Amino acid sequence: MINQVYRLVSPRQLEVTYSNFSLNSEHVVVRPTFLSICAADQRYYTGTRGKEAMSKKLPMALIHEGIGKVVYDPKDEFEPGTQVVMVPNTPSEEDEIVAENYLRSSKFRSSGFDGFMQDYVFLNRDRLVPLGNSINPHVGAFIELITIAMHSILRFDKRSHARRQTFGVWGDGNLGFITSLILKTLYKDSKVIVFGKTPYKLDHFSFVDEVYQIDGIPEDLELDHAFECVGGKGSQYAINQIIDYIKPEGSMSILGVSEEPVEVNTRMVLEKGITIIGSSRSGRVDFENTVKLLNDYPNIQEYFKTLVGSVNEVKSIEDILETFEKDLTTSWGKTVMEWKI
Amino acid sequence: MIYAEILAGGKGTRMGNINMPKQFITIDGTPIIIHTIEKFILNDRFEKILIVSPKEWINYTKDIIKKHIGENDRLVVVEGGSDRNESIMSGIHYIEKEFGIEDDDVIVTHDSVRPFLTHRIIEENIDEVLKHGAVDTAIEAVDTILQSKDGEIIDNIPIRDTMFQGQTPQSFHINTLVNHYNALSGDEKTILTDACKICALKGENVKIVKGELFNIKITTPYDLKVAKAILQERISK
Repeated sequence: MINQVYRLVSPRQLEVTYSNFSLNSEHVVVRPTFLSICAADQRYYTGTRGKEAMSKKLPMALIHEGIGKVVYDPKDEFEPGTQVVMVPNTPSEEDEIVAENYLRSSKFRSSGFDGFMQDYVFLNRDRLVPLGNSINPHVGAFIELITIAMHSILRFDKRSHARRQTFGVWGDGNLGFITSLILKTLYKDSKVIVFGKTPYKLDHFSFVDEVYQIDGIPEDLELDHAFECVGGKGSQYAINQIIDYIKPEGSMSILGVSEEPVEVNTRMVLEKGITIIGSSRSGRVDFENTVKLLNDYPNIQEYFKTLVGSVNEVKSIEDILETFEKDLTTSWGKTVMEWKI
Repeated sequence: MIYAEILAGGKGTRMGNINMPKQFITIDGTPIIIHTIEKFILNDRFEKILIVSPKEWINYTKDIIKKHIGENDRLVVVEGGSDRNESIMSGIHYIEKEFGIEDDDVIVTHDSVRPFLTHRIIEENIDEVLKHGAVDTAIEAVDTILQSKDGEIIDNIPIRDTMFQGQTPQSFHINTLVNHYNALSGDEKTILTDACKICALKGENVKIVKGELFNIKITTPYDLKVAKAILQERISK
């Protein structure tokens, strides 16, 4: 079958390309229904990834957050019409110690190869997770981002000490929102405090115990553990602030991506015996856990719905461009595409 | 019920000296008609997908379906008629005989040699034919269209903004199409080769669904070259 793939060829320029796929392969065929734009996609779209990365990776279809419905399974294991979330990480080997998202041989959609902006997506059988019928599709569109927080929390849970009276979350953006919401859901008796820069964004965090602007943190405040969800240049300040406020032997999870290396106050990391846990992307098991979380706690979905910035019907390349441009001027929430191209 | 009908009745006289109909020519190792059928299989709204073939090519069509797609109980190969409309009617007669025709039944017909159609085009054909009696797929005319009866002197140059180029799918409310077609005289049937035109002449509102420039019909050696080129475009990484 001739499949249309909508690839970014240079900054702000998309073209339709065609690739031939056989239905009689090992792949399950999924029609994307709702997709969501990630900051990483925007770095490619606007060309801020740097010349070398751009010339190495483009042309490439963007988007690694999305859901769809199964339209064809050569083995008949998935019923046509089954709603699924698509897993962008694509491993080519298994390792008993190293998780699939840390294997150097794994490929990632819209980073190492074509993302979900296609007429149909051909996926390996283990790269889709059924959603059930109770998940709102607009929230479903950015489940992948929720799995990032879920993955980091489960990693943290295995590696940190057991005293979890107070969590700090740095970052008042989408990831900060998701991480603090899951912490508050999974650790009911713990106190969750969010630290951010922008008052109107912090106003969205109604479910946490306290919020502080980063220049107004009480000096005697202390945390058992912390999550950095800032990224970019700001992650340096966030990490060093965490080092200042975290109690000895606390754990700090770093989730924010920075293009440049950052300076860290290692003296205090050593003196306090802080554990730093790096966390990136997610794997199938995190998708399963996240779908379960959304089904087990219907109320959490209501909070996630408030994170939907806009839902945009996409029927043409012009619509894709308009939606990416709109997302660039949106300061809060996720931009969702209803994929009708 | 929603049916699909893939029209593969042609024998490819414009393709030059080849010994099989053009729909069987391969692009990237797969016959064009298989590429087209696969796009329809991926839409689960179709109850049955009929493939209309010249009688002598029915076995061949079944063989390549088996080879490339395998068993699929939604696919049926039906013998075509003497021209395009008669072929559409052959499919409809098959539906009538096997399942009976209900008043809300619709059919999406498509050229077997247009393998580049998209999910959107099929979906919008279905959505619109459920609301209108007939649907045509078209793109805005790129070139200026000239009208000339003798091919020598221009009679008229219509305003380009009002001109569209017809593609397929063409979709129909089955009973509406059958009634209009049966009301034509034998001569009219010979002249009116386009089923949407029949509906339009009989006063039906024929809804336009936006096609795509790349939804080309592969009928000449040039088209084949274009189709192969755009598909085999290998992007260097």
